[in-house]
Amino acid sequence: MKDGAVKKVAYEILGAAKKMAEQKGEPLCAVMIGKDVEGLAPGLGAYGAEKVYVIQGDSFARYTTGAFTKALCDLVKQEQPSILLFGASINGKDLSARASGRLGVGLATDCTEIGLDEAGNLKVKRPMFAGKVYAEVVFSDRKPQMASVRPNVLGLPEADESRKAEVVKVDVQVGPDDIGLEVVDFVEVGGGKIDLTEAEIIVSGGRGMKGAENFKILEELAEVLGGVVGASRAAVDAGWRPQSDQVGQSGKVVSPNLYIACGISGAIQHLAGMGTSKVIVAINKDPEAPIFKKADYGVVDDLFKVVPALTEEVRKLKAQS
Amino acid sequence: MTGHHRCAKKALRYNSQSLRREEMDILVCLKQVPDTEADIRPTSDMTAIDYTGVKFIVNVYDEYAVEEALRVREKVGGKVTIVSLGPDRAVEAIRTALAMGADEAVHLNDPALLDGDAYTTARALAKAIEGMSYDLIFCGKQAIDDDLAQVGSILGELLGLQTVTGIMKFELVDDGKKARVHRQVEGGMDVLEVPLPAIFTATKGLNEPRYPSLPGIMKAKKKPLKTVSLGDLGLSEEEVGAKGALTKVVRYSLPPMRQAGTIIEGETPEEKASKLAKALREEVKVI
Repeated sequence: MKDGAVKKVAYEILGAAKKMAEQKGEPLCAVMIGKDVEGLAPGLGAYGAEKVYVIQGDSFARYTTGAFTKALCDLVKQEQPSILLFGASINGKDLSARASGRLGVGLATDCTEIGLDEAGNLKVKRPMFAGKVYAEVVFSDRKPQMASVRPNVLGLPEADESRKAEVVKVDVQVGPDDIGLEVVDFVEVGGGKIDLTEAEIIVSGGRGMKGAENFKILEELAEVLGGVVGASRAAVDAGWRPQSDQVGQSGKVVSPNLYIACGISGAIQHLAGMGTSKVIVAINKDPEAPIFKKADYGVVDDLFKVVPALTEEVRKLKAQS
Repeated sequence: MTGHHRCAKKALRYNSQSLRREEMDILVCLKQVPDTEADIRPTSDMTAIDYTGVKFIVNVYDEYAVEEALRVREKVGGKVTIVSLGPDRAVEAIRTALAMGADEAVHLNDPALLDGDAYTTARALAKAIEGMSYDLIFCGKQAIDDDLAQVGSILGELLGLQTVTGIMKFELVDDGKKARVHRQVEGGMDVLEVPLPAIFTATKGLNEPRYPSLPGIMKAKKKPLKTVSLGDLGLSEEEVGAKGALTKVVRYSLPPMRQAGTIIEGETPEEKASKLAKALREEVKVI
């Protein structure tokens, strides 16, 4: 959930989970937790959910680990699903980890493939070392077998708008003891832009940007593309961009449809963090930069000339259509 | 709640010196991991990681955890204890944390504890921590080798403590009875107030970790480092390590190789930009 809409990763998971449910001959159910989410629940049917459990109320207006874990785990204990899947967003990772502890079951984080083995148990593939290596993971018999799924990887399933899911309202009472802490404020960073891990287009800048003020040209390109700006570790460590923008092994691992690397040489930690992007563009004046070995399209030239020109070209193309 | 976090003697000290802020026992969970620069490859049978020639470091996020613990101690006094699960070589990472300024360390080192998952690691850490005195526990947000981001949360569940994941700012409030933290979330930060004891997992941006000083490195060699075996923890082999794990890696692989693509040629930057935009629109259809 974000801003009153269902996150794309939820549909991506339903698409993959539907196949698994059919193979197992078990129903595919979704869980929605929030302040007032009921209206969105039937629409999940279009992506294959047969039933949607809705847990709503003021206690769920903002995410807290305590309230959401209590709500989810009480439902799981009652319904006893065989497999439980999450979107690997910041809060999805937090919730799934806490729930795995409470339920005493195995959890694989940030998976890029999910499926079943011959016995019908969950089997997943996930990156380790920020994507330098991938691991195939199997689970003990303890149910539910749990995984969080990386956004933008599985692809959107075909929607069948004629199908509506059955909505089951679940009453969960959570008290202060369940929450255990107080949310006192929210500080917006970066104008409330979408998180890099869920962005479809990322325009990233590195050492070659030469200063914080120069990221303006990347902001402009990102804006016409409908994307967001990311950064290399060098740019973040130089103080040009906030830490939340960092792509790579000590930052975020991303897989957008389009990744445009500007003035980024391509250190191993960075390449690991964006290597699963569908299309990679590198703009760098050094033809020897390692980033060109990973790029689908390379432009060897001055980024300060290429990027504004590209912004203009994209603007023109978008105007035509 | 385990009830072990404040011993009777400490409570007494707090009462008799109520004007002074209580000293804190701070624990930091730490993991030794391969250097971020390391090229990681599976063994030839693809069932394990080949660590030949790999350099090991303190997990990047755990460095922030150690630094924050030291800063809290410098403010209110107390003791910083490193708790680490790992093989013999993990001693190097523990010594690094001691050289940064931590006071003592507990090393969970037993062949039976290795090759587990986040759950078994958290279980062993919880068992070790249950017997210790603590007011505050810091961990890293995730280990940069397995990238699981689970241990701090499961540890909280097992110890009956709140865990706040991915914090970028930490301060004590309410006479040290609570912490006020900034937790990184989508689009910003949640500001949370959390009664102590509690667990906080550190992310980049929390602080700038110090380097171990030369005197620090010398002193670290003499600081107490206790080794704990499976028997000391009171756990069975079936509960920990590879035998107790709830998930298991059955095969490793390398990511698909990306082929170097097309270099866009052109007389001017503008021409190249135009060709690139066209390719993105017409060839790969991503814009």
